[in-house]
Amino acid sequence: MIPDFNWDAVIYETWQFDPWGTFQIILMGFFVAGSCGLIGSFVVLRRMALMGDAISHSLLPGIAIAYLITGTRDASAMFIGGVIAGLLTVLLVEAIHRNSRVKVDAAMGITFSTFFAVGVILITAFADHVDLDADCVLYGEIILVPFDAPVRWFGVPLGPESVVQMGSVFLGLLVLIMLFYKELLVTTFDVGLARSLGLSPQVFHYGTMGVLSLVIVSAFEAVGAILVIAMLILPPATALLLARRLSHVLVWTVVLSALYAIIGYHLDVWLNATMAGTMVVVALLIFCVVWMSTLVCRRWGQHAAMEAMESVETLT
Amino acid sequence: MGVRVGKWLCLALLGGLVTPLAQAARIGEITQTNWQSQAIDFLTFSNPAVMHAIFGSLFLGTVCGLMGCFILVRKLALLGDTLSHAVLPGVALGFVWNMTKDPVAIFIGAVIAGLLGTVMTQLIRQTTILKEDTSLGLVLGGFYGIGIVLMRMVMNLEEGNKAGLDKFLFGQAAALSRGDVVVMGIIAVVTVLLVYLLYKELLVTSFDIAFARALGLPAQWIHYLVMILLAFAVVVALQAVGVVLVSAMLITPAAAAYLLTDRLSRMLLLAALFGAGAGLVGAFTSYLSTGLPTGPFMVLAATGIFIIAFFFGPRYGLVSRIMLKIMRQRRIQVENTLKAIFQVRERGGFKEEGVTLSDLAARRNVDGRVIEQEVRRLERGGFALIEAERLGILERSVFLTPRGWEQACKVVRNHRLWELYLTNAAKLQADHVHEDAEIIEHVLGDDIVMKLERRLDFPSRDPHGKLIPGQKDMERGFILSDEVNPVEVLP
Repeated sequence: MIPDFNWDAVIYETWQFDPWGTFQIILMGFFVAGSCGLIGSFVVLRRMALMGDAISHSLLPGIAIAYLITGTRDASAMFIGGVIAGLLTVLLVEAIHRNSRVKVDAAMGITFSTFFAVGVILITAFADHVDLDADCVLYGEIILVPFDAPVRWFGVPLGPESVVQMGSVFLGLLVLIMLFYKELLVTTFDVGLARSLGLSPQVFHYGTMGVLSLVIVSAFEAVGAILVIAMLILPPATALLLARRLSHVLVWTVVLSALYAIIGYHLDVWLNATMAGTMVVVALLIFCVVWMSTLVCRRWGQHAAMEAMESVETLT
Repeated sequence: MGVRVGKWLCLALLGGLVTPLAQAARIGEITQTNWQSQAIDFLTFSNPAVMHAIFGSLFLGTVCGLMGCFILVRKLALLGDTLSHAVLPGVALGFVWNMTKDPVAIFIGAVIAGLLGTVMTQLIRQTTILKEDTSLGLVLGGFYGIGIVLMRMVMNLEEGNKAGLDKFLFGQAAALSRGDVVVMGIIAVVTVLLVYLLYKELLVTSFDIAFARALGLPAQWIHYLVMILLAFAVVVALQAVGVVLVSAMLITPAAAAYLLTDRLSRMLLLAALFGAGAGLVGAFTSYLSTGLPTGPFMVLAATGIFIIAFFFGPRYGLVSRIMLKIMRQRRIQVENTLKAIFQVRERGGFKEEGVTLSDLAARRNVDGRVIEQEVRRLERGGFALIEAERLGILERSVFLTPRGWEQACKVVRNHRLWELYLTNAAKLQADHVHEDAEIIEHVLGDDIVMKLERRLDFPSRDPHGKLIPGQKDMERGFILSDEVNPVEVLP
């Protein structure tokens, strides 16, 4: 089942024959994982991880309807459809749990599964009308990135359309985080302090939600609706085990994203699976390694402390 | 052509959501289709695949409904979601075991993967700073990623009978084989039996873990049992509903049942019924046309049941609660009008029996039309009569019936008793107690009034010096007196 590992075919030839294409694919993977990871850090720290899950499932009907109405993979229509579906989810979850005795998590489960079901039915029912199929929902298609229409900016070739799009989302996110770093820090960790400083936690909460929907919609085509959730949570979860300051967590997230993209790409070439999936596998493996080493370190630390105590005891 | 009609049926199910997409040209094609024959096919069980689909969806609906109740009342709703995504690698490896869609191997693989995922969420939560939602999402996404990669690799293989393997993602009840249904049936029987036999233990550990421990129940083991049964439920539903939507078959029927009853036993029964019903509807709808996934239709059917329970549930339904609220507001309004009539009469020293509408309007501080409505409502409720004043004055007056008088006395008594209680017991200033009493006067029940009276030593006057109507006043009809209470008269 597992193909033989061939250094030449898996690593060397990909760079030798089509370095530019390989670079574009890896860059796309990096942009997707990086954008998801950056916004995901705040999502995880604000304990909204499952809201990310819900939104990523429920934007499917929005995207499908946008496809069906416009008949093309028009990015702006897709954005609008996805963001509307995401917002509707948030509102519906709140409406259900406020107006009945169903708890928030169950309300979330009911809402997003219904949305997802509607999306799947629309896509399978109209599969012959749009180039959107169940595979795309599940895996995305990073590997096809080099075949996208190239974008020129004042005559300078920038690269394939989807890479440029995702890249601008990534850069925009970076700029936003740099501009509002302090505000985000305070509203994430100390709502009371934020209020006393005159910041509205509400505004930043909904702002985060909005940006989250935006990132999920733009990452959808690359990694599919469900693997987005892994890309949202795995990088910040790993980074949180490695660092204690928000800025360090963000930097680690970006570094990890680059690792996922590079290793994930070669793993995909080797296993001939799907790059979104292999990136998640790499991410999960790295998480497990980091997790285990923190456990070992802690045990070690405890051991050292015990020994130190014992030596102190023998001294006295 | 069957495909086409199936598509239109989906549209009908989705209702207004996609109406803007309807294109007139395609409507004509409906007549040329054979979905009717598919429907008849299904309803007459003429096909073994139909029997498999029916029994399969009944089994899975029952099992998911039952186990969904337990995760719902244990507040683990989204653990079902994580578990269902986490089984995917197990499905792929179970297939690899002997290169065919062997129900038993896939079952074992999926259960192991699901339990592994559950254990991992727990370990992450216990040993790191990461919170519960993060650990759930992490395992969900991570395991699902592994599963997708493994499935792709299996699909790339040349050997092996891979038919039906792709159905694990979105579900296809019609693809169930005899072996699948037998496995599902066994699991269903085991689950129902275990829930029946261990009902008390499950009940106690679900709601009061400390009490369960005090009883000496092995709470931890029962928790593991629930997890294993949950994994069973997910795996049973996997092939018909699909990995992505199994969690909905766990949560939604149980949540609908939760809106309808307060007893776990009834909730279990209802959830199992709802689950089985949703399963049947989903299997039927997706059978109407080829290539339609079953899972989404089952989920939509379950959501339909939930929506009905959400709006029209007798006790917790939105509509019934709104009705209750309206009734309460109406009662409060009636009581306020009665109180105003009492107060107008009191100011006149109870000499006049009737109260003119203009006096009443001035007292209530509203305009004549509103008062007219309020008084009419009193008349309809049998609290008052509207008559023209007998002494030749043209303006109409309101006269309280004995029942109306009694009710008015009660409201005024509640109000004044509460004011007195607040000034005496809570040491509030006499001019601070009115607003509070204004609210509580509509809520106080007879037994609380008795307690208040006893505690305040059967008072006759409120802090503002006004008389508090007593039992005798209500019976007498119209005049208040100071010597209401026999207790006060006795010494």
